[in-house]
Amino acid sequence: MAMKKIWAIFQKDLLIELRTKDTLNSMLFFGIVVLVVFNFALESLRDSVHSAVPGVLWVAFAFSGTLGLHRMFASEKENSCLQGLLMIPADRGGIYLGKMLAATVFMLIAEAIIFVLSLVFFNLTVWKEIPYLVLICLIGTLGFTAVGTLLSAIAVNTKLREVLLPLILFPVILPVLVNAVEATAILLNKSDYGALKLPLTVMSVFTIVFVTVSYLLFEYVLED
Amino acid sequence: MSERSQSRLDTVLGVVLAFGMVAALYMAFIEAPREKTMGDLQRIFYFHVPIAIAGMTSFAVNFAASLMVLIRKNRWWDHLALAAAEIGVVFFVIVLVTGSIWAKPEWLVWWTWSPRLTASLILCLLYAAYLLIRNYIEDPERRALVCAVFGIIAFLDAPLVWFSIRWWRDIHPSPMLETGGLSPSMRPAFYVCLAVFQVFLVYMLRRRFFLESMRDELETFERQIG
Repeated sequence: MAMKKIWAIFQKDLLIELRTKDTLNSMLFFGIVVLVVFNFALESLRDSVHSAVPGVLWVAFAFSGTLGLHRMFASEKENSCLQGLLMIPADRGGIYLGKMLAATVFMLIAEAIIFVLSLVFFNLTVWKEIPYLVLICLIGTLGFTAVGTLLSAIAVNTKLREVLLPLILFPVILPVLVNAVEATAILLNKSDYGALKLPLTVMSVFTIVFVTVSYLLFEYVLED
Repeated sequence: MSERSQSRLDTVLGVVLAFGMVAALYMAFIEAPREKTMGDLQRIFYFHVPIAIAGMTSFAVNFAASLMVLIRKNRWWDHLALAAAEIGVVFFVIVLVTGSIWAKPEWLVWWTWSPRLTASLILCLLYAAYLLIRNYIEDPERRALVCAVFGIIAFLDAPLVWFSIRWWRDIHPSPMLETGGLSPSMRPAFYVCLAVFQVFLVYMLRRRFFLESMRDELETFERQIG
């Protein structure tokens, strides 16, 4: 039963997105802009630019993800939709999980396109690394949205709104970002895959801890 | 405890602190021996490390108080959590500044991205974010709950920050007490400073807590009048 409600919220967000395409468009566009800006910023590193790609990629993912996370609750503020959502007979944790899953799917779609573009911009070739890359993106994105969804619900109910989200999100999310960059660097440098175990473990622990904690604490951050 | 005995306790703490601070200065600058390689520069250690420990204690207090806010839904704990976060941030800024003062002559740079330094900076930023959220939520009941949630997140995040950067090259001196690197002649000065700064933390927590309680009371009265 609970699963059904989570699924319903997830479907609702996906359906709205399919019709308006607001969130994904802005996420993608911003991600591409970040890639282009970094291309200029790293101009002096032209010969060794490959070593900067993992960092650039995850900055692009994180920035575009922040836009997406902000929209998750900002769109609910219009016409008091959040109040309606709170009235459904499900526990608040269910709302959190549904929203988190939707945010994760949006981010993964944006990441896939940004990644393909970065292959073109930075002249990279990857084929056999793809399964591992997908795994890193999956865990990293889940960790990002696990905290992000909770903090987005906090930020949207403050006076600062969208300005507050990156300020409170980035310090918290640092363990995921550092390890995701590390893992991506190991893959793109084609070094020993055994080294992947450590960053992936830290990312997984982060994700598990913060999905659980956010699920339990979510009911406190919503306005009644 | 009645208000009078509370204020008497504060007076006692204040007097203890006044003598303690003088004692700490004496121990650190006169009693403790001059370090062989670093010279007098090493004396900053007697303030840097105890303040760092007091700062971490303060963040732990914030975590405990945040949990209590969620359990009891009581503003009393929220005032304590705020006091702890604010003082923790101030202490950690002092730690970063004293660290930089030490690092410039010793490492020849003000700052380096070593794990210990990075983790301290991130900790500082996490609780600065906590204070930031407080400013932008007007309803005190909701502010207490939301900040408690963030306080818990921040405290759980701290060890993960540490584990995620620990493989970076660390040139920060390792904890001397664990490795036994602190010479016995330096220990008395260190322990005096450690104790004094814990008392300082308690004193500051109490003052900030009472200030916040009074501010809250005033706000409640103002709302009743308005």
